[in-house]
Amino acid sequence: MVNWANFISQCFNGLVLGALLALIASGLTIIYGTLGVLNLAHGAMFMLGGYAGWLAYTYTDSFIAAMVVGSLFVMLAGVVTERLIIRHFYARPPEDQLLVTFGLGIVFVELVRFFFGSLSRTTPPPAMFQGITNLGFMVYPTYRLAALGIVAIALLVLYFVLYKTRLGMIVRAGIEDSVMVDSLGIDVYKVFMLVFGIGAMAAGFAGIVNAPVVSIAPDVGEAILVQTFVVVVIGGVGSFPGAIIGGLIAGEIISITSMFNPAYSYVMLFVAMTLVLVLRPHGLLGTAGRE
Amino acid sequence: MSLLEVEGLNSYYGDSHILFDVSMRVEKNEVVALIGRNGAGKSTTLKSLMGVVRPRTGSIRLEGEELAGRKAHAVARRGMQLVHEDRRIFGSLNVEENIILAGLTAENRWPLDRIYEMFPRLKERRTSRGTDLSGGEQQMLAIARALVRDPRVVLLDEPFEGLAPVIVRDLMRACQDLARAGQTIVLVEQNLAATLALADRVYIINNGHIAHEGPASELKKQPELLQRYLGV
Repeated sequence: MVNWANFISQCFNGLVLGALLALIASGLTIIYGTLGVLNLAHGAMFMLGGYAGWLAYTYTDSFIAAMVVGSLFVMLAGVVTERLIIRHFYARPPEDQLLVTFGLGIVFVELVRFFFGSLSRTTPPPAMFQGITNLGFMVYPTYRLAALGIVAIALLVLYFVLYKTRLGMIVRAGIEDSVMVDSLGIDVYKVFMLVFGIGAMAAGFAGIVNAPVVSIAPDVGEAILVQTFVVVVIGGVGSFPGAIIGGLIAGEIISITSMFNPAYSYVMLFVAMTLVLVLRPHGLLGTAGRE
Repeated sequence: MSLLEVEGLNSYYGDSHILFDVSMRVEKNEVVALIGRNGAGKSTTLKSLMGVVRPRTGSIRLEGEELAGRKAHAVARRGMQLVHEDRRIFGSLNVEENIILAGLTAENRWPLDRIYEMFPRLKERRTSRGTDLSGGEQQMLAIARALVRDPRVVLLDEPFEGLAPVIVRDLMRACQDLARAGQTIVLVEQNLAATLALADRVYIINNGHIAHEGPASELKKQPELLQRYLGV
Protein backbone atom coordinates (compact mmCIF):
# COMPACT_ATOMS: atom_id res chain seq x y z
CA MET A 1 0.00 0.00 0.00
CA VAL A 2 1.48 3.34 -1.06
CA ASN A 3 1.10 6.18 1.40
CA TRP A 4 2.79 9.49 2.04
CA ALA A 5 5.06 8.22 4.87
CA ASN A 6 6.10 5.26 2.75
CA PHE A 7 6.86 7.55 -0.19
CA ILE A 8 9.03 9.88 1.89
CA SER A 9 10.85 6.91 3.38
CA GLN A 10 11.53 5.51 -0.11
CA CYS A 11 12.79 8.91 -1.24
CA PHE A 12 15.31 8.83 1.61
CA ASN A 13 16.29 5.26 0.67
CA GLY A 14 16.75 6.50 -2.89
CA LEU A 15 18.95 9.33 -1.65
CA VAL A 16 21.21 6.92 0.27
CA LEU A 17 21.41 4.47 -2.65
CA GLY A 18 21.93 7.36 -5.07
CA ALA A 19 24.79 8.79 -3.01
CA LEU A 20 26.47 5.37 -2.92
CA LEU A 21 26.00 4.95 -6.68
CA ALA A 22 27.36 8.45 -7.22
CA LEU A 23 30.53 7.59 -5.30
CA ILE A 24 31.05 4.29 -7.13
CA ALA A 25 30.26 5.89 -10.49
CA SER A 26 32.70 8.75 -9.79
CA GLY A 27 35.48 6.17 -9.59
CA LEU A 28 34.34 4.41 -12.75
CA THR A 29 33.91 7.60 -14.73
CA ILE A 30 37.32 9.11 -13.90
CA ILE A 31 38.97 5.76 -14.74
CA TYR A 32 37.24 5.58 -18.11
CA GLY A 33 37.66 9.28 -18.78
CA THR A 34 41.39 9.27 -18.07
CA LEU A 35 42.56 5.80 -19.08
CA GLY A 36 39.94 5.03 -21.72
CA VAL A 37 39.39 1.64 -20.09
CA LEU A 38 35.86 0.47 -19.27
CA ASN A 39 36.60 -1.28 -16.01
CA LEU A 40 34.26 -4.24 -15.63
CA ALA A 41 36.12 -5.18 -12.44
CA HIS A 42 34.76 -2.06 -10.73
CA GLY A 43 31.93 -3.99 -9.06
CA ALA A 44 34.52 -6.41 -7.70
CA MET A 45 36.36 -3.44 -6.16
CA PHE A 46 33.12 -2.49 -4.39
CA MET A 47 32.92 -6.07 -3.08
CA LEU A 48 36.60 -6.12 -2.07
CA GLY A 49 36.04 -2.93 -0.06
CA GLY A 50 33.14 -4.55 1.77
CA TYR A 51 35.20 -7.61 2.65
CA ALA A 52 38.34 -5.68 3.56
CA GLY A 53 36.27 -3.44 5.83
CA TRP A 54 34.48 -6.42 7.37
CA LEU A 55 37.81 -8.16 8.04
CA ALA A 56 39.33 -5.04 9.56
CA TYR A 57 36.24 -4.58 11.72
CA THR A 58 36.37 -8.21 12.84
CA TYR A 59 39.92 -7.72 14.16
CA THR A 60 39.62 -4.18 15.53
CA ASP A 61 35.94 -3.67 16.42
CA SER A 62 36.38 -0.19 14.99
CA PHE A 63 34.31 1.04 12.06
CA ILE A 64 36.75 3.89 11.45
CA ALA A 65 39.59 1.37 11.21
CA ALA A 66 37.41 -0.64 8.81
CA MET A 67 36.93 2.41 6.58
CA VAL A 68 40.62 3.37 6.59
CA VAL A 69 42.06 -0.15 6.15
CA GLY A 70 39.40 -1.16 3.64
CA SER A 71 39.90 1.94 1.49
CA LEU A 72 43.67 1.68 1.50
CA PHE A 73 43.53 -2.02 0.70
CA VAL A 74 41.31 -1.47 -2.33
CA MET A 75 43.44 1.45 -3.49
CA LEU A 76 46.49 -0.80 -3.27
CA ALA A 77 44.63 -3.56 -5.11
CA GLY A 78 43.75 -1.04 -7.82
CA VAL A 79 47.32 0.24 -8.15
CA VAL A 80 48.79 -3.28 -8.32
CA THR A 81 46.15 -4.38 -10.85
CA GLU A 82 46.92 -1.36 -13.03
CA ARG A 83 50.67 -1.88 -12.85
CA LEU A 84 50.61 -5.62 -13.48
CA ILE A 85 47.76 -6.02 -15.94
CA ILE A 86 45.73 -3.00 -17.09
CA ARG A 87 48.72 -0.99 -18.37
CA HIS A 88 49.43 -3.69 -20.95
CA PHE A 89 46.00 -3.12 -22.47
CA TYR A 90 46.02 0.66 -23.06
CA ALA A 91 46.98 0.27 -26.70
CA ARG A 92 44.80 -2.80 -27.24
CA PRO A 93 41.28 -2.73 -28.74
CA PRO A 94 38.36 -1.96 -26.37
CA GLU A 95 37.09 -5.54 -26.57
CA ASP A 96 40.40 -6.79 -25.13
CA GLN A 97 40.08 -4.26 -22.29
CA LEU A 98 36.53 -5.38 -21.58
CA LEU A 99 37.55 -9.04 -21.55
CA VAL A 100 40.52 -8.55 -19.25
CA THR A 101 38.62 -6.42 -16.73
CA PHE A 102 35.67 -8.84 -16.86
CA GLY A 103 38.11 -11.68 -16.18
CA LEU A 104 39.75 -9.74 -13.35
CA GLY A 105 36.33 -9.24 -11.76
CA ILE A 106 35.71 -13.00 -11.84
CA VAL A 107 39.16 -13.69 -10.35
CA PHE A 108 38.55 -11.26 -7.45
CA VAL A 109 35.11 -12.73 -6.74
CA GLU A 110 36.37 -16.31 -6.78
CA LEU A 111 39.40 -15.46 -4.65
CA VAL A 112 37.09 -13.99 -2.00
CA ARG A 113 34.78 -17.00 -2.29
CA PHE A 114 37.81 -19.30 -1.87
CA PHE A 115 39.01 -17.57 1.31
CA PHE A 116 35.70 -16.55 2.92
CA GLY A 117 33.05 -18.83 1.42
CA SER A 118 29.78 -17.90 -0.25
CA LEU A 119 27.85 -17.07 2.93
CA SER A 120 26.97 -13.44 3.37
CA ARG A 121 28.77 -11.41 6.04
CA THR A 122 27.49 -8.51 8.08
CA THR A 123 29.39 -5.55 9.39
CA PRO A 124 27.41 -3.96 12.24
CA PRO A 125 27.03 -0.20 12.17
CA PRO A 126 29.06 1.80 14.70
CA ALA A 127 27.39 1.93 18.15
CA MET A 128 26.64 5.65 17.88
CA PHE A 129 24.73 5.12 14.63
CA GLN A 130 22.64 2.14 15.69
CA GLY A 131 18.87 2.32 16.13
CA ILE A 132 16.44 4.78 14.58
CA THR A 133 16.13 8.54 14.49
CA ASN A 134 12.88 10.46 14.70
CA LEU A 135 12.98 13.14 12.01
CA GLY A 136 9.66 14.62 13.09
CA PHE A 137 7.80 13.56 9.98
CA MET A 138 9.09 9.97 10.05
CA VAL A 139 11.48 7.64 11.81
CA TYR A 140 14.48 6.45 9.84
CA PRO A 141 17.43 4.09 10.51
CA THR A 142 20.19 6.22 12.02
CA TYR A 143 23.00 4.44 10.17
CA ARG A 144 21.41 5.19 6.77
CA LEU A 145 21.42 8.88 7.65
CA ALA A 146 25.03 8.54 8.78
CA ALA A 147 25.90 6.69 5.56
CA LEU A 148 24.45 9.58 3.58
CA GLY A 149 26.68 11.99 5.51
CA ILE A 150 29.77 9.80 5.18
CA VAL A 151 29.31 9.41 1.41
CA ALA A 152 28.63 13.14 1.05
CA ILE A 153 31.93 13.85 2.85
CA ALA A 154 33.73 11.32 0.62
CA LEU A 155 32.30 13.02 -2.48
CA LEU A 156 33.40 16.41 -1.15
CA VAL A 157 36.93 15.05 -0.60
CA LEU A 158 36.91 13.67 -4.15
CA TYR A 159 35.67 17.03 -5.43
CA PHE A 160 38.47 18.79 -3.53
CA VAL A 161 41.08 16.43 -4.97
CA LEU A 162 39.74 16.79 -8.52
CA TYR A 163 39.10 20.54 -8.56
CA LYS A 164 41.42 22.07 -5.99
CA THR A 165 44.68 20.16 -6.28
CA ARG A 166 47.35 19.89 -8.95
CA LEU A 167 46.75 16.16 -9.20
CA GLY A 168 43.09 16.90 -9.89
CA MET A 169 44.05 19.43 -12.54
CA ILE A 170 46.18 16.79 -14.25
CA VAL A 171 43.39 14.21 -14.00
CA ARG A 172 40.81 16.61 -15.48
CA ALA A 173 43.21 17.46 -18.28
CA GLY A 174 43.95 13.76 -18.78
CA ILE A 175 40.24 13.02 -19.10
CA GLU A 176 40.20 15.42 -22.06
CA ASP A 177 43.47 14.59 -23.74
CA SER A 178 46.03 12.29 -22.14
CA VAL A 179 48.39 12.56 -25.14
CA MET A 180 48.66 16.33 -24.60
CA VAL A 181 49.26 15.86 -20.88
CA ASP A 182 52.14 13.54 -21.77
CA SER A 183 53.48 16.10 -24.28
CA LEU A 184 53.68 18.63 -21.45
CA GLY A 185 56.26 16.60 -19.58
CA ILE A 186 53.88 14.81 -17.21
CA ASP A 187 54.31 11.04 -17.03
CA VAL A 188 50.75 10.16 -17.91
CA TYR A 189 51.26 6.49 -17.00
CA LYS A 190 51.93 7.40 -13.38
CA VAL A 191 48.76 9.48 -13.48
CA PHE A 192 46.87 6.48 -14.89
CA MET A 193 48.11 4.34 -11.99
CA LEU A 194 46.98 6.90 -9.42
CA VAL A 195 43.62 7.41 -11.09
CA PHE A 196 42.97 3.68 -11.18
CA GLY A 197 43.87 3.48 -7.50
CA ILE A 198 41.65 6.43 -6.55
CA GLY A 199 38.77 5.12 -8.69
CA ALA A 200 39.02 1.67 -7.12
CA MET A 201 39.22 3.24 -3.65
CA ALA A 202 35.99 5.17 -4.29
CA ALA A 203 34.20 1.90 -5.12
CA GLY A 204 35.82 0.10 -2.19
CA PHE A 205 34.91 2.86 0.25
CA ALA A 206 31.29 2.69 -0.92
CA GLY A 207 31.43 -1.09 -0.33
CA ILE A 208 32.51 -0.54 3.28
CA VAL A 209 29.84 2.10 3.96
CA ASN A 210 27.20 -0.11 2.36
CA ALA A 211 28.17 -3.24 4.35
CA PRO A 212 26.04 -2.42 7.43
CA VAL A 213 23.05 -1.65 5.18
CA VAL A 214 23.15 -4.78 3.00
CA SER A 215 25.17 -7.82 4.05
CA ILE A 216 28.04 -8.64 1.70
CA ALA A 217 28.61 -11.74 -0.41
CA PRO A 218 31.24 -12.42 -3.09
CA ASP A 219 28.88 -11.51 -5.94
CA VAL A 220 27.52 -8.32 -4.32
CA GLY A 221 29.34 -6.22 -6.92
CA GLU A 222 27.61 -7.67 -9.98
CA ALA A 223 24.29 -5.85 -9.60
CA ILE A 224 25.98 -2.64 -8.49
CA LEU A 225 28.25 -2.71 -11.58
CA VAL A 226 25.26 -2.64 -13.93
CA GLN A 227 23.64 0.20 -11.98
CA THR A 228 26.91 2.10 -11.94
CA PHE A 229 27.33 1.87 -15.70
CA VAL A 230 23.82 3.24 -16.13
CA VAL A 231 24.71 6.12 -13.79
CA VAL A 232 27.83 6.94 -15.81
CA VAL A 233 25.88 6.88 -19.07
CA ILE A 234 23.12 9.09 -17.64
CA GLY A 235 25.57 11.58 -16.12
CA GLY A 236 27.99 11.63 -19.05
CA VAL A 237 31.18 9.62 -19.38
CA GLY A 238 34.14 11.31 -17.70
CA SER A 239 32.02 13.84 -15.81
CA PHE A 240 32.33 13.90 -12.01
CA PRO A 241 29.29 16.20 -11.51
CA GLY A 242 27.46 13.98 -14.00
CA ALA A 243 28.20 10.91 -11.88
CA ILE A 244 26.69 12.62 -8.83
CA ILE A 245 23.54 13.78 -10.64
CA GLY A 246 23.23 10.42 -12.43
CA GLY A 247 23.67 8.55 -9.15
CA LEU A 248 20.97 10.52 -7.39
CA ILE A 249 18.56 10.11 -10.32
CA ALA A 250 19.23 6.36 -10.51
CA GLY A 251 18.86 5.91 -6.74
CA GLU A 252 15.49 7.64 -6.70
CA ILE A 253 14.22 5.76 -9.76
CA ILE A 254 15.16 2.39 -8.25
CA SER A 255 13.71 3.21 -4.81
CA ILE A 256 10.47 4.85 -5.91
CA THR A 257 9.75 2.19 -8.56
CA SER A 258 10.42 -0.53 -5.96
CA MET A 259 7.66 0.98 -3.85
CA PHE A 260 5.13 0.11 -6.56
CA ASN A 261 6.72 -2.99 -8.06
CA PRO A 262 10.37 -3.96 -7.41
CA ALA A 263 10.44 -6.04 -10.59
CA TYR A 264 10.18 -2.86 -12.64
CA SER A 265 12.94 -0.89 -10.92
CA TYR A 266 15.59 -1.95 -13.46
CA VAL A 267 13.16 -1.46 -16.32
CA MET A 268 12.57 2.13 -15.27
CA LEU A 269 16.30 2.68 -14.81
CA PHE A 270 16.97 1.61 -18.38
CA VAL A 271 14.01 3.64 -19.64
CA ALA A 272 15.58 6.71 -18.03
CA MET A 273 18.96 5.88 -19.58
CA THR A 274 17.38 5.44 -23.01
CA LEU A 275 15.58 8.76 -22.69
CA VAL A 276 18.81 10.53 -21.77
CA LEU A 277 20.67 8.89 -24.65
CA VAL A 278 17.98 9.98 -27.10
CA LEU A 279 17.80 13.56 -25.82
CA ARG A 280 21.46 14.05 -24.88
CA PRO A 281 23.64 11.38 -26.50
CA HIS A 282 26.68 12.33 -24.39
CA GLY A 283 24.76 12.16 -21.10
CA LEU A 284 23.44 15.00 -18.96
CA LEU A 285 26.83 16.63 -18.34
CA GLY A 286 29.08 14.74 -20.75
CA THR A 287 30.94 16.14 -23.73
CA ALA A 288 31.62 14.64 -27.12
CA GLY A 289 34.33 11.99 -27.53
CA ARG A 290 37.68 11.55 -25.87
CA GLU A 291 41.17 11.29 -27.31
CA MET B 1 77.64 19.87 -32.81
CA SER B 2 74.20 21.22 -33.74
CA LEU B 3 71.57 21.74 -31.06
CA LEU B 4 69.27 19.22 -32.75
CA GLU B 5 70.55 16.51 -35.06
CA VAL B 6 68.20 14.11 -36.81
CA GLU B 7 69.55 11.22 -38.85
CA GLY B 8 67.85 8.52 -40.87
CA LEU B 9 64.42 8.90 -39.28
CA ASN B 10 61.81 6.36 -40.43
CA SER B 11 58.28 6.63 -39.04
CA TYR B 12 55.15 4.64 -39.75
CA TYR B 13 51.41 4.85 -39.10
CA GLY B 14 50.56 1.18 -38.71
CA ASP B 15 52.07 -0.42 -41.80
CA SER B 16 52.19 2.82 -43.78
CA HIS B 17 55.72 4.13 -44.18
CA ILE B 18 55.50 7.94 -43.77
CA LEU B 19 59.05 9.23 -43.22
CA PHE B 20 61.97 7.85 -45.23
CA ASP B 21 65.43 8.42 -43.79
CA VAL B 22 64.70 12.01 -42.80
CA SER B 23 67.83 13.84 -41.70
CA MET B 24 68.07 17.45 -40.59
CA ARG B 25 69.92 19.66 -38.18
CA VAL B 26 68.93 22.75 -36.24
CA GLU B 27 71.47 25.17 -34.79
CA LYS B 28 70.96 27.05 -31.56
CA ASN B 29 68.97 30.30 -31.96
CA GLU B 30 67.94 29.26 -35.47
CA VAL B 31 64.46 29.20 -37.01
CA VAL B 32 64.16 26.26 -39.36
CA ALA B 33 61.09 25.73 -41.50
CA LEU B 34 59.83 22.44 -42.86
CA ILE B 35 57.66 22.98 -45.91
CA GLY B 36 55.92 20.71 -48.37
CA ARG B 37 52.56 19.73 -49.78
CA ASN B 38 49.73 18.37 -47.64
CA GLY B 39 50.52 14.82 -46.56
CA ALA B 40 54.24 15.19 -47.29
CA GLY B 41 55.17 14.22 -43.72
CA LYS B 42 55.76 17.61 -42.09
CA SER B 43 53.55 17.08 -39.04
CA THR B 44 54.71 13.48 -38.71
CA THR B 45 58.29 14.74 -38.56
CA LEU B 46 57.43 17.08 -35.67
CA LYS B 47 55.44 14.34 -33.88
CA SER B 48 58.34 11.94 -34.33
CA LEU B 49 60.77 14.49 -32.87
CA MET B 50 58.44 14.92 -29.88
CA GLY B 51 57.93 11.20 -29.30
CA VAL B 52 54.18 11.39 -29.96
CA VAL B 53 54.87 9.13 -32.95
CA ARG B 54 57.59 6.58 -32.24
CA PRO B 55 60.09 6.41 -35.09
CA ARG B 56 61.06 2.82 -35.92
CA THR B 57 64.62 3.68 -36.83
CA GLY B 58 66.83 6.72 -36.80
CA SER B 59 68.44 9.05 -34.36
CA ILE B 60 67.26 12.27 -32.70
CA ARG B 61 69.94 13.98 -30.66
CA LEU B 62 69.31 17.10 -28.62
CA GLU B 63 72.64 18.59 -27.51
CA GLY B 64 74.10 15.16 -28.13
CA GLU B 65 71.56 13.29 -26.01
CA GLU B 66 69.66 10.55 -27.83
CA LEU B 67 65.87 11.03 -27.68
CA ALA B 68 64.61 8.60 -30.33
CA GLY B 69 62.30 6.02 -28.77
CA ARG B 70 61.65 8.04 -25.62
CA LYS B 71 58.12 8.83 -24.53
CA ALA B 72 56.74 12.33 -25.10
CA HIS B 73 56.97 13.37 -21.44
CA ALA B 74 60.65 12.38 -21.35
CA VAL B 75 61.33 14.33 -24.57
CA ALA B 76 59.48 17.34 -23.11
CA ARG B 77 61.59 17.18 -19.96
CA ARG B 78 64.77 17.25 -22.07
CA GLY B 79 63.68 20.58 -23.56
CA MET B 80 61.64 19.91 -26.70
CA GLN B 81 58.08 21.21 -26.90
CA LEU B 82 55.51 20.68 -29.64
CA VAL B 83 52.65 23.09 -30.32
CA HIS B 84 50.17 20.75 -31.98
CA GLU B 85 48.43 21.67 -35.21
CA ASP B 86 45.01 21.23 -33.56
CA ARG B 87 46.15 23.20 -30.45
CA ARG B 88 44.75 20.58 -28.03
CA ILE B 89 43.72 23.11 -25.37
CA PHE B 90 42.19 21.63 -22.23
CA GLY B 91 38.68 23.02 -22.58
CA SER B 92 37.57 22.35 -19.00
CA LEU B 93 40.59 24.17 -17.56
CA ASN B 94 40.86 27.93 -17.64
CA VAL B 95 43.67 29.81 -19.36
CA GLU B 96 45.81 30.10 -16.25
CA GLU B 97 45.30 26.45 -15.31
CA ASN B 98 46.37 25.41 -18.82
CA ILE B 99 49.60 27.40 -18.43
CA ILE B 100 50.28 26.25 -14.85
CA LEU B 101 49.71 22.62 -15.83
CA ALA B 102 52.18 22.98 -18.69
CA GLY B 103 54.85 24.33 -16.38
CA LEU B 104 54.44 21.77 -13.59
CA THR B 105 57.41 19.59 -14.51
CA ALA B 106 59.56 22.27 -16.16
CA GLU B 107 63.00 22.92 -14.68
CA ASN B 108 63.05 26.63 -15.54
CA ARG B 109 59.53 27.82 -16.05
CA TRP B 110 58.64 31.28 -17.24
CA PRO B 111 56.79 33.43 -14.69
CA LEU B 112 53.16 34.01 -15.63
CA ASP B 113 53.86 37.74 -16.00
CA ARG B 114 56.33 37.05 -18.79
CA ILE B 115 53.74 34.97 -20.61
CA TYR B 116 51.10 37.67 -20.17
CA GLU B 117 53.56 40.32 -21.35
CA MET B 118 53.97 38.39 -24.58
CA PHE B 119 50.25 37.66 -24.92
CA PRO B 120 48.29 40.43 -23.10
CA ARG B 121 45.06 38.95 -24.45
CA LEU B 122 45.63 35.81 -22.37
CA LYS B 123 45.87 37.93 -19.22
CA GLU B 124 42.48 39.44 -20.01
CA ARG B 125 41.04 35.95 -20.53
CA ARG B 126 42.97 34.18 -17.75
CA THR B 127 39.85 32.91 -15.96
CA SER B 128 38.07 31.85 -19.15
CA ARG B 129 37.75 28.17 -19.88
CA GLY B 130 39.62 26.80 -22.87
CA THR B 131 36.37 26.04 -24.67
CA ASP B 132 35.33 29.70 -24.48
CA LEU B 133 38.39 31.03 -26.32
CA SER B 134 38.48 32.08 -29.96
CA GLY B 135 40.74 30.23 -32.40
CA GLY B 136 43.40 32.94 -32.16
CA GLU B 137 43.31 32.97 -28.36
CA GLN B 138 43.58 29.17 -28.32
CA GLN B 139 46.64 29.38 -30.55
CA MET B 140 48.22 31.99 -28.26
CA LEU B 141 47.52 29.70 -25.32
CA ALA B 142 48.98 26.69 -27.13
CA ILE B 143 52.20 28.64 -27.78
CA ALA B 144 52.20 30.03 -24.22
CA ARG B 145 51.88 26.50 -22.85
CA ALA B 146 55.01 25.53 -24.75
CA LEU B 147 56.98 28.65 -23.80
CA VAL B 148 56.22 28.43 -20.08
CA ARG B 149 58.46 25.35 -20.03
CA ASP B 150 61.37 27.47 -21.35
CA PRO B 151 62.13 24.84 -24.01
CA ARG B 152 65.41 24.59 -25.87
CA VAL B 153 63.51 23.85 -29.09
CA VAL B 154 59.92 24.76 -29.91
CA LEU B 155 58.21 22.78 -32.65
CA LEU B 156 55.38 24.86 -34.17
CA ASP B 157 52.93 22.88 -36.29
CA GLU B 158 50.86 25.17 -38.54
CA PRO B 159 50.49 27.96 -35.96
CA PHE B 160 48.68 30.32 -38.36
CA GLU B 161 46.27 27.82 -39.88
CA GLY B 162 42.63 28.91 -40.01
CA LEU B 163 43.22 32.23 -38.25
CA ALA B 164 42.08 35.71 -39.28
CA PRO B 165 44.79 37.87 -40.91
CA VAL B 166 44.87 40.27 -37.96
CA ILE B 167 45.51 37.36 -35.56
CA VAL B 168 48.15 35.94 -37.88
CA ARG B 169 49.88 39.32 -37.82
CA ASP B 170 49.91 39.37 -34.00
CA LEU B 171 51.17 35.79 -33.80
CA MET B 172 53.81 36.49 -36.44
CA ARG B 173 55.03 39.41 -34.33
CA ALA B 174 55.18 37.18 -31.26
CA CYS B 175 57.15 34.54 -33.19
CA GLN B 176 59.53 37.17 -34.55
CA ASP B 177 60.09 38.50 -31.01
CA LEU B 178 60.83 34.95 -29.88
CA ALA B 179 63.27 34.38 -32.73
CA ARG B 180 65.02 37.68 -32.00
CA ALA B 181 65.29 36.64 -28.35
CA GLY B 182 67.18 33.54 -29.50
CA GLN B 183 64.47 30.92 -29.22
CA THR B 184 65.23 27.94 -31.43
CA ILE B 185 62.18 27.09 -33.52
CA VAL B 186 61.24 24.38 -36.00
CA LEU B 187 58.28 25.64 -37.98
CA VAL B 188 55.79 23.82 -40.16
CA GLU B 189 53.48 26.24 -41.94
CA GLN B 190 51.45 26.36 -45.17
CA ASN B 191 51.63 30.16 -45.28
CA LEU B 192 54.78 30.47 -47.40
CA ALA B 193 55.17 34.22 -47.01
CA ALA B 194 55.02 33.95 -43.22
CA THR B 195 57.38 30.98 -43.27
CA LEU B 196 60.00 32.70 -45.38
CA ALA B 197 59.72 35.86 -43.28
CA LEU B 198 60.43 33.90 -40.10
CA ALA B 199 62.83 31.17 -41.12
CA ASP B 200 66.60 31.28 -41.43
CA ARG B 201 66.80 27.95 -43.20
CA VAL B 202 64.28 25.75 -44.97
CA TYR B 203 63.87 22.03 -45.58
CA ILE B 204 61.47 20.91 -48.28
CA ILE B 205 59.91 17.53 -47.60
CA ASN B 206 58.27 15.57 -50.38
CA ASN B 207 56.51 12.23 -49.92
CA GLY B 208 58.37 11.66 -46.67
CA HIS B 209 61.83 12.42 -48.16
CA ILE B 210 63.90 15.54 -47.58
CA ALA B 211 64.12 16.98 -51.10
CA HIS B 212 65.93 20.26 -50.51
CA GLU B 213 67.75 22.19 -47.83
CA GLY B 214 68.95 25.78 -47.97
CA PRO B 215 68.71 29.34 -46.64
CA ALA B 216 65.20 30.81 -46.69
CA SER B 217 66.46 33.89 -48.49
CA GLU B 218 67.60 31.77 -51.45
CA LEU B 219 64.38 29.84 -51.79
CA LYS B 220 62.55 32.93 -53.05
CA LYS B 221 65.01 33.03 -55.95
CA GLN B 222 64.27 29.43 -56.94
CA PRO B 223 60.68 29.47 -58.28
CA GLU B 224 61.23 26.10 -59.99
CA LEU B 225 61.71 24.47 -56.55
CA LEU B 226 58.57 26.10 -55.17
CA GLN B 227 56.67 25.02 -58.28
CA ARG B 228 57.94 21.45 -58.19
CA TYR B 229 57.46 20.72 -54.50
CA LEU B 230 54.81 23.15 -53.36
CA GLY B 231 52.89 23.90 -56.55
CA VAL B 232 53.25 27.67 -56.11
